[in-house]
Amino acid sequence: MRRIARTLATFGLVLMIAGMLGTIPARALLQIDVTKGTVEPLPIAITDFLSGDETGVEISNVIAADLRRSGLFAPIDKAAFIERNSNPDAAPRFADWTVINAQAVVNGRVTQEADGRLKVIYRLWDTYAGQQLIGEQFFTERSKWRRVAHIIADSIYERLTGEKGYFDTRIVYVDESGPRDQRVKRLAIMDQDGANHRLLTNGQSIVLTPRFSPNRQEITYMSYENGQPQVYLLQLETGQRELVANFPNMTFAPRFSPDGQKVIMSLLRDDGNSNIFTLDLRSRNTTRLTNSNSIDTSPSYAPDGSRIVFTSDRGGRAQLYVMGADGSNPKRISFGDGTYSTPVWSPRGDLIAFTKQSGGDFQIGVMRPDGSGERIISTGFLQEGPTWAPNGRVLMFFAQAPGAAGPQLQSIDLTGRNKQTIATPNFGSDPAWSPLLE
Amino acid sequence: MRRSIAPTRFPAMLALAATLAVAGCASKDQIPNTAADLGLSGGAGTPGSSQDFTVNVGDRIFFDTDSSAIRADAQATLARQAQWLNQYSQYAITIEGHADERGTREYNLALGARRAAATRDFLVGRGVAANRIKTISYGKERPVAVCDNISCWSQNRRAVTLLGGPSS
Repeated sequence: MRRIARTLATFGLVLMIAGMLGTIPARALLQIDVTKGTVEPLPIAITDFLSGDETGVEISNVIAADLRRSGLFAPIDKAAFIERNSNPDAAPRFADWTVINAQAVVNGRVTQEADGRLKVIYRLWDTYAGQQLIGEQFFTERSKWRRVAHIIADSIYERLTGEKGYFDTRIVYVDESGPRDQRVKRLAIMDQDGANHRLLTNGQSIVLTPRFSPNRQEITYMSYENGQPQVYLLQLETGQRELVANFPNMTFAPRFSPDGQKVIMSLLRDDGNSNIFTLDLRSRNTTRLTNSNSIDTSPSYAPDGSRIVFTSDRGGRAQLYVMGADGSNPKRISFGDGTYSTPVWSPRGDLIAFTKQSGGDFQIGVMRPDGSGERIISTGFLQEGPTWAPNGRVLMFFAQAPGAAGPQLQSIDLTGRNKQTIATPNFGSDPAWSPLLE
Repeated sequence: MRRSIAPTRFPAMLALAATLAVAGCASKDQIPNTAADLGLSGGAGTPGSSQDFTVNVGDRIFFDTDSSAIRADAQATLARQAQWLNQYSQYAITIEGHADERGTREYNLALGARRAAATRDFLVGRGVAANRIKTISYGKERPVAVCDNISCWSQNRRAVTLLGGPSS
């Protein structure tokens, strides 16, 4: 694993990974196979990073929490540590770690530069092989220490699983409050671990189905603020909102194209049916992709932009269809017992996640883009609207139990393991997971 | 935004005719969804008022699951609506289409829109001018009945005709 210095420019922040700290190329002695249905979480020790204040402890806590939530790691209780504060400039005393069954150890240090920035260095060690697996350092504004922790957790996850991480990501969703028949809905955004929660709209209008642009800087969503419900864009940095296009009828179900140049959505026709269109954000030209006397909605592009999956009831009931990006050759792919909707293509391209209604229940499932290999991952009274973690390994959706006053966000591993409820200040629905920044 | 406009005049003869028509439409095999059906029509609302429309005519119809077909009971309600709207032609209307909570969000927005359009088309077929009618879908965003069984879901699958707004 060899990584050169890279620069991440986000929201005015310059976060630098200044370079590798003499990584010894090691064989993957330590490797988690994430594709298995059952995985024994890997015991790992995340030591408190050395620092002059609480920052070192806080960083190590965020890393440990990320890894624990993935279900693939079991961070060891710090009280069990023999070697309490491990200096990242020297190899840890491996015997002290193997004796408490830590298969990997992370140590690090936080110092402050003359200009006030934080310098964070850390190393990941394989305790049984007695080898360093990763060594990196970062310079960042003090306020961005959580992002550094998430990036470190992503590196550890990637090094030990062979899959990209997903911790340096955010979730946009709909915050729900008030009674069920007069629900107040606001757009909200937070880090994937719930930190840095922020409301983006004031609740005066119903807002639905927010989705990230590929560069994470923009949200497209549907709002009733104009009387006629329409698709909008929201710039996250400035808070500026903009009507995508002023159609006479309702527009809904928006998503960005993978290149971020287009929004694909449904447009209601005068006859009550809905068809799929794209809107080019530069030219403002619209292109019709479907023309059927049916409900065609919830379009989602394949990550390479070549195909689109969508929901249609053209065959009588809601089913999933795949067509070319120009609308050509629509082909039904769902054939199970029930109705299918809210398809969303995995960022890896290999699977399509969906909501299925069958036997009075709602299910979250996946199938291959040709419709084969359907697999139900989660079943419940009401659960809907999956969104993919950028590595295509984890899904988030929203669920409501019978009799509950509102829905909650949940995440689950693609294998069906590790279902977790995501803590939010109020009820939550319509989650969308951000991409990773490259 | 939703503004009820008081009618400027209501001829007594026509109002009487409307009351008789309402009484004639209420039959035993319908789901009682208006005060008129329940025999409560006496004195409820000045003829030609929005209260008259809501209480005596019936401002809403209901749909079967995942369907926008106008049921027989709904046809009777819409026939009354059309007659009333043709009589009180000063009103513009907005038809809200709604879905129950047993569908997914985007599909239900489309389904609500289809129900509103089907309701509009029925009224237009009975002589209500299309340019008096606006439609809007709320999908499953505005249930009127909140419980987690069919007794509520069946009330939420609805199209509601609201009086208000100038004719365009």
